[in-house]
Parts: sequence; C-alpha cells; structure tokens
Amino acid sequence: MKKVKADPKGVLTGSHYMDGDFALAEGGLAAGCRFFGGYPITPSTETAERFSERIPMVGGVFIQMEDELASIISMIGAVWGGKKAMTVTSGPGFSLMMENIGLAAITETPLVIANVQRGGPSTGLPTLPGQQDMMQARWGSHGDYNIIALSPDSPQECFDLTIKAFNLSEIYRVPVFIMTDECIGHMHEKVVIPPAEEIEVVERKWYTGPKDKYLPFKLDKDGIPFMVKAGDGYRFHITGLTHDERGYPLLNSKAQDIKVRHIVDKINDNADKIIILEEEDIDGADIVVISYGITSRVAFRAVQTARKAGIKVGTIRLITVWPFPEKLINKLAKKVKAFVFPEINYGQMVREVERSSAGQTKVFPVHHCGGGVHNPDDIFKVIKEAAK
Amino acid sequence: MKKEEQNDARNPIEGLLRMDRMPHIWCPGCGIGTVVTSFAEAVKKNNEDLNKLTVVSGIGCTGRVAGYVKLDSFHTTHGRAIPFATGLKLANPDIKVVVFSGDGDLAGIGGNHLIHAARRNMDILVICVNNFNYAMTGGQVAATTPKGANASTAPYGNFENAFSLPYLVDAAGATYVARWTCLHLRRVTKSIQEALNHRGFSFIEVITPCVTLYARRNRLGDGLNLLKYYYDNSEIQHGADTKTLDIDYQGKLIVGKFIDKEKPTFLDAMDTHLNEVIGDDYQLYGRLNDD
Repeated sequence: MKKVKADPKGVLTGSHYMDGDFALAEGGLAAGCRFFGGYPITPSTETAERFSERIPMVGGVFIQMEDELASIISMIGAVWGGKKAMTVTSGPGFSLMMENIGLAAITETPLVIANVQRGGPSTGLPTLPGQQDMMQARWGSHGDYNIIALSPDSPQECFDLTIKAFNLSEIYRVPVFIMTDECIGHMHEKVVIPPAEEIEVVERKWYTGPKDKYLPFKLDKDGIPFMVKAGDGYRFHITGLTHDERGYPLLNSKAQDIKVRHIVDKINDNADKIIILEEEDIDGADIVVISYGITSRVAFRAVQTARKAGIKVGTIRLITVWPFPEKLINKLAKKVKAFVFPEINYGQMVREVERSSAGQTKVFPVHHCGGGVHNPDDIFKVIKEAAK
Repeated sequence: MKKEEQNDARNPIEGLLRMDRMPHIWCPGCGIGTVVTSFAEAVKKNNEDLNKLTVVSGIGCTGRVAGYVKLDSFHTTHGRAIPFATGLKLANPDIKVVVFSGDGDLAGIGGNHLIHAARRNMDILVICVNNFNYAMTGGQVAATTPKGANASTAPYGNFENAFSLPYLVDAAGATYVARWTCLHLRRVTKSIQEALNHRGFSFIEVITPCVTLYARRNRLGDGLNLLKYYYDNSEIQHGADTKTLDIDYQGKLIVGKFIDKEKPTFLDAMDTHLNEVIGDDYQLYGRLNDD
C-alpha cells in the first residue's frame, strides 16, 4: 500500500461551517477524487452541487448523468480510465445502482458511493431521514460479493470518513459506501479540514512490471491484484462474466468458486483491520447500547438518562457498519444482560447483533420506521425493560 | 493439411484479435464477425495507436466483441456500454473509445444513454450491429424489429413501431451518422475510418443477418439469402433526410452517410465555457490542455 500526502489543490484547509452533504464533497476532493458522475436526488443533491462548483478549480470532471444507472457505470469507466471516482445518492437511486455495484464488485473496481438515506420503500419520505438501506448496502446486488460501509455521525465525520472510504476502496479494490442520512446530510456543524500534508491518501495499486506479463486478476502477496488503466499499452480485458486471472471469461463452477470466495473473503479476512468503532464503559456493563450514524447521537441522551437511573450501560458506536464486528459482539454476548439496538428502520442491522450473539443474550431492537429520529425516552424505556 | 501448414494459415487481422480466445461464439452466417473485420481494417488503414484505442461493449452477441479484440476492452452490463464509455473518455481524454454493441443493448435497454451521449456530443464512436432481434437470448422482439416480422416473443408477428436509429441519434445531436449492411464491407470500413477521426458523437449502424434466429423464424433462408436481400434492396443515399430511413419488413434499406458535421464535444464545450466564465482559476481539462 502506497500512502501519499493529499494533493493540496483539492484540500480546502480551514475551519468551516458546513452541512454533511458538502463535507462529503470536500472529503472526496481531499481524497483525490477527480470524477463525479452525479444524478440529483433529495436529500443528497447538495453534494453533487458542491462538487460541480468546486471541481473546475481543482482539475477534474463533474458530469450530471441521465440517471443513476449511468452515474455509477460512468464512475466504473472513469476508474478504469485512471481516476478516483465517487457519487452520492439516496434510496431510489441506490436501488438503481445495484446491478452495477455487482459489476464493480466482480471487476474489483475501487469507488465510493455515499447514500444520504431517506425513508423508504419507493419514493417514501424524500426529505426525511431513514437508516433503511443498511441491508441493501450489503446484499442489494445479485450474487455473492462483499463491500465496506461506513456510517458518519456528524458533518466532520462525513469529511473524515469519505477520505477513509477512498483509502479502503483502493487498498481492497472494493466499492465503499458511506451510509449517512438526511439528518446528518443537512446538519450544519463545524468541519475542520486539516492542511494537505496532514491528510494521508492511499494511491491506487498500480502495476509496474513488464507489459506482456500483466494479469488483471492475479493476486499479489496481500491478496489484492494490481491495477492498470486504459491507454497505457497493457491491452487488457475486463468483463462482468466470471473470469480467470487474465480477465477472460471462464464459465464453470471452479472459476466461480475461486472468484466468489476471493471477492467475499478479501474483506472478511481483513475485517479486524477495516472495523472502526467507539466503545464506552463496556467493562462491567449490564446493558450495551449499539448504534450508528445519527441514531448514536440520540441514543447518547437515553444512555445518560439510564445511567442516572442507576443502570450500568455501555455503548458501542459502529463507524464501520460492514463488515460487522461479529467477533466483538459474540464475546460481549457472553457477559452482558442484553443488547439494545435503536436504528431508523424496522429491524435491519439488529439482525447482525442477533446472529453474532448466537442466543447467548437478549437483543432488544428499538424500531423507528423513518421520517425522524428516535425520541430518547423510547430508547430509555427499552433499556429499562432490558435491565429488568 | 500438415500441422506446419495450418500454422501458416494466419488470419489477416489476428494482430487485433485475442487469438487465445478463438473460436468465437458467433453462429455461421452471422454478420458480427464481418463488422469486426471492417473495424480491424479501418484501424489498420488509419494506423491507429493500438495502445490508445479502447472497445467497450454491453451484453448480447455483439457485446462479445470487447472480449475478442486485443485492445483495452471492457465487457460491461446490459445497456450500459455508452455511460461506461463516457466515464472512460472523460477520465482519459487521450484515448479513443469505441462502443461496439447490438441494437437491443444500445437502443432497447440502453436507449436513454444513447440519446444523451448524442445530445452531449460525447467524443466516442458507437458501432451498432443491428440484427433486428435479441439474438443471445433466443430471438425476441426488439425496438428495431420491423413491423410484421416474427420473433419468439412476437409469435403472431410484431405490431410495434420500430426505431429508425439514424433518425433517433440525428435528432438527439449526433455529429456523424451512417448506416450500412454488412455486405458493404469496404464502405463500413471507410465509415469507421472517418468516424475514428471525427471529433464528437459518431454512430454507425450496420445491419447484419441473424441466421439462427431472425432469419430462421421468418423463413428468410441462410446468410447468403440475406446478403442477397441486402444486395437487391439497399440504396445508397448519402446525405438523405434521416426522417426517411424507416425499415419495413424485407423492404428497401436506405444506406449511406447521412450526417457529418462539426460541433464542440462535451469536453471542448466544458473547457471553453468554464474557461470563459471562471477565468484563470479554472484548471483546464481534457484536450485543450494540449493546445
């Protein structure tokens, strides 16, 4: 992995008052993103607007494509043309992108998609928050594959995690999602953008060997193949069909087994390195409240109330939501009375907690079907119930 | 034939092909290979830099072209070859990007991308092999199937109107538009040569026989019968009004070069406009960088 300092052209160093959507664009620019294939959709549009305004001064391309099918595949094209690429969307657009997320997965194309989630299904609640695309992020395209997803809880983290997302996408050659929501997207807060020399950016894993020896999908020692770009004389082939090391279609169960295991396991095997989370007062806790994104800010209030009421509560804030920290949850499940998991959906990531707990402890979801954030009292009530 | 003699019998365009992927999947009598040959000839005659020439395909019989040409080549998803090509071209303006795909891929599922790339005058060449049906999946009705023709999902005959592709892309803003049949080998080659040198959105429709499905189902005979049909019914009308190019079932085929005009490409327009509006702060991008 080659780390370099951020290109200062893209870095708007200083203290800013900006919303999460703008911070996503600034994070992308700082990370070296020079192609944005966009399509407007509430509540994510401001990111595309910001990018279209800033990119002419940075040196890159913004193009508003004709739909989300086009925006994601234009990114895949741009990445094979040598650029770092991102886009932003919300539920309906995310659904339209699913087929080509599979193409990015099987062709091991690094790219970043931010999903500013709103309430669904369908057109649902365009202007109101949700966390209802969490399972779709992991499983939405057909077939077996893997991805990484991060969830910011503030505009500052929208900036920080976008850079992180680009770095992870280059290290593992995988689509990385930033699963934020309308609330964070439109929340204005202080965002501090450090000087370029303090921002570490991971370069693409460029192949440098002899041209006629290049094999697009031959794994390097770290399990990740090298990349090249079109126009450099490698005359390589990339396909969405199941393929061999040369990138040539190979349609049998053996080739399929090798390919599928590789694209799934490269993330699972490195989960410990990828997972970031914040723990607080876990030791000796009876109840652990798990949350991510905007919901962790609301849950914080409920946890304070519960502690005042004498309940021993610990917290886990998931920053990486996929891969899920199943080992940690499994270990904790042996010790705690219960997990409480508020999220703005009718039960999605909580299934991962149930699966990881494997029946060793109780799991209490706190549902909210979207359109707002939880009332902290509703979370507190469930904590109280769980502590009985 | 002795083994050594076999090795001597080389395909004249094999320098441009991935010979390690032969034999190809196309049926005997299919016209796609002929169009690939014309493409290879055009590339050779133009002396194109093979390291700077890229082929993008979607899904379908013609979608397999990307897998057989020894160039940087991308076999993408159904209907999405054009927006992939758009991203590729914008990321790396130094390369020439050719989309090689079928009528179902480009005008059916990918129709929206086709008109928008034409509207933007995106600097790519689209070669659309039109065999009047969805062949890879078994001969279903397409947006280009002539009225009255039979297809596996139009078993009583097609009653829908068909797209006239040159008219469609002309209306959308394409700056180079031609139509040929695969019988017009040299003219297809010449059109590809011209289009490779044309700056802007170029579209070449090549009508080809689908012997296994379209022709068999409609009892039109074999490949030779279809070439005979092209021979008897093609009429070259360069510069014809694209409104007049509808194709009736087994009817007249008006072919030729219909449009060849200059207009700023997407990148030219972007650079000119942003440079004018933003001034010195604008970081020139794309081809204008080299000027």
